[in-house]
Amino acid sequence: MEWEVVIGLETHTQLNTKSKIFSGSSIAFGSEPNTQANVVDIALPGVLPVLNKEAVRCAIRFGLAVDAEIAPLSVFARKNYFYPDLPKGYQISQYELPVVGKGSLTIQVGEQEKTIRITRAHLEEDAGKSVHGASPGQSGIDLNRAGTPLLEIVTEPDMRSAAEAVAYARKLHELVQWINICDGNMQEGSFRCDVNVSVRRKGDEKLGTRREIKNLNSFRFMQQAIEYETRWQIETLEDGGKIEQATVLFNPDTGETRAMRSKEEANDYRYFPDPDLLPLAISAEDIESIRSEMPELPTAMKLRFEQAYGLSAYDAAALTASRNVANYFTTTLEAFGGEAKLAANWVMGGVSAKLNEEDKDIANSPVSPELLAGLLKRIADNTISSKIAKEVFEAMWSGEGSADEIIDKQGLKQVTDSGAIEAIVDEVLAANPAMVEEFKAGKEKAFNALVGQTMKASKGKANPAQVNEILKRKLAG
Amino acid sequence: MSLSTTDVKRIAHLARIAVSEAEAEQTLQKLSGILGLIEQMQAVDTTGIAPMSHSQDVTQRLREDVVTESNQRELLQSIAPAVENGLYLVPKVIE
Repeated sequence: MEWEVVIGLETHTQLNTKSKIFSGSSIAFGSEPNTQANVVDIALPGVLPVLNKEAVRCAIRFGLAVDAEIAPLSVFARKNYFYPDLPKGYQISQYELPVVGKGSLTIQVGEQEKTIRITRAHLEEDAGKSVHGASPGQSGIDLNRAGTPLLEIVTEPDMRSAAEAVAYARKLHELVQWINICDGNMQEGSFRCDVNVSVRRKGDEKLGTRREIKNLNSFRFMQQAIEYETRWQIETLEDGGKIEQATVLFNPDTGETRAMRSKEEANDYRYFPDPDLLPLAISAEDIESIRSEMPELPTAMKLRFEQAYGLSAYDAAALTASRNVANYFTTTLEAFGGEAKLAANWVMGGVSAKLNEEDKDIANSPVSPELLAGLLKRIADNTISSKIAKEVFEAMWSGEGSADEIIDKQGLKQVTDSGAIEAIVDEVLAANPAMVEEFKAGKEKAFNALVGQTMKASKGKANPAQVNEILKRKLAG
Repeated sequence: MSLSTTDVKRIAHLARIAVSEAEAEQTLQKLSGILGLIEQMQAVDTTGIAPMSHSQDVTQRLREDVVTESNQRELLQSIAPAVENGLYLVPKVIE
């Protein structure tokens, strides 16, 4: 029996504001408990929420980035439930009329492109935190996080594998940072995903009953959780069981998912428009003014790299994978002024290999775009061979100075004087008569060995093209 | 639409309001009265009229994104029933 998994995501992104969504309290992370929770955040009677302009601006930026409809009028609603970290007894969210409507995001899975439909994105406030084990029989409540602005981004059930779900989550994670609405810090909970998973027989139209995996804060856990949950659902159904709708948690230690809330009382949030807040109006002028401040989006930049610089789709995708990489590449290319492909190769090759090795972000690369451009110039004008360039790069990485300084100091300048190269070739030929014989007997490999000997004798500094040409001429003669 | 006392008890439970049998019966009468009023209103033809989510026909004023609040934990916690190490204490939450 062939099964198909169907996945949809709900992602909570914490917005890059200074203050809370409905109060003037700070949202800085890691402060002493309850030092950033004012009368609105702890829900004293008689207080009024006032909406943060920047949170609205972030929502609009997101809407524009996923080509979505921005609602001219959207409404805040109360989502009612009882939990001690929610002091009002309701969360202010949006329900029937969210600020961002239908949009889409295109992801890359292997060689395949796939468009994931975004259902909506709405503004809401975060809850506080419960701290367990403070006093016996009691829980401690920290309301610093209560009222932190969130944009909840909801997709259609468009993903068909854990790999697709992770590709979407990664793409979204990159996008919200690219447009500067979220810092993307998953450890601190700035980007957390709830994943809805159901399975059905391949070919079935009707969706199976879904279970929601809550609060995944790493892509690796997301992959594991979806894979486990999918297997569990298929096995349950094949054993003649039934899937009950449930909220489940993923345990990273066991790699398993486990139902969290009992289903006896289905959630009934009794949403209704919040009378404390008036409808949010967004004019066409507001949208246009925000659109004019938007950075070039990764999709547009990728296309530009392909068309203007002649880079392959693969290279262009790698260079626009994050805004930092894209900035690094464009700054390098600007300072270099030469062939884009050479710059691309070095950014994706030498630079990213060293960054991976040392687990550094490209924004903190010891070799700055300007330094790299200096090296590229010397490769392009044949001052050094690409082999020597690697040595120079290593030296630059260790902070030994600019490419020119290192080339000078270490005498690495490429030998292009054909007289000097001829002299080396003559020595090599005289020292290796056996190889010469082999070559003359028709062994092509012997030629490469002679090139190697010549390069070695020149300490890698001879221009390889000239070495080839001179060797060929001498051996023919 | 008609309500039953079961509905009333369910709604009361969701709102964490304790209602006795007698109160449930009384509440049922009152709520049914309100629903009757709503039914009358629904008979009015509202074709072409945009629904309002607020009784006032004005839109939300926005606040600049500035931190205006300072730490008032001591003052606010002075009226809390129980606090410890800066945390508000509540009966243990089990999940």
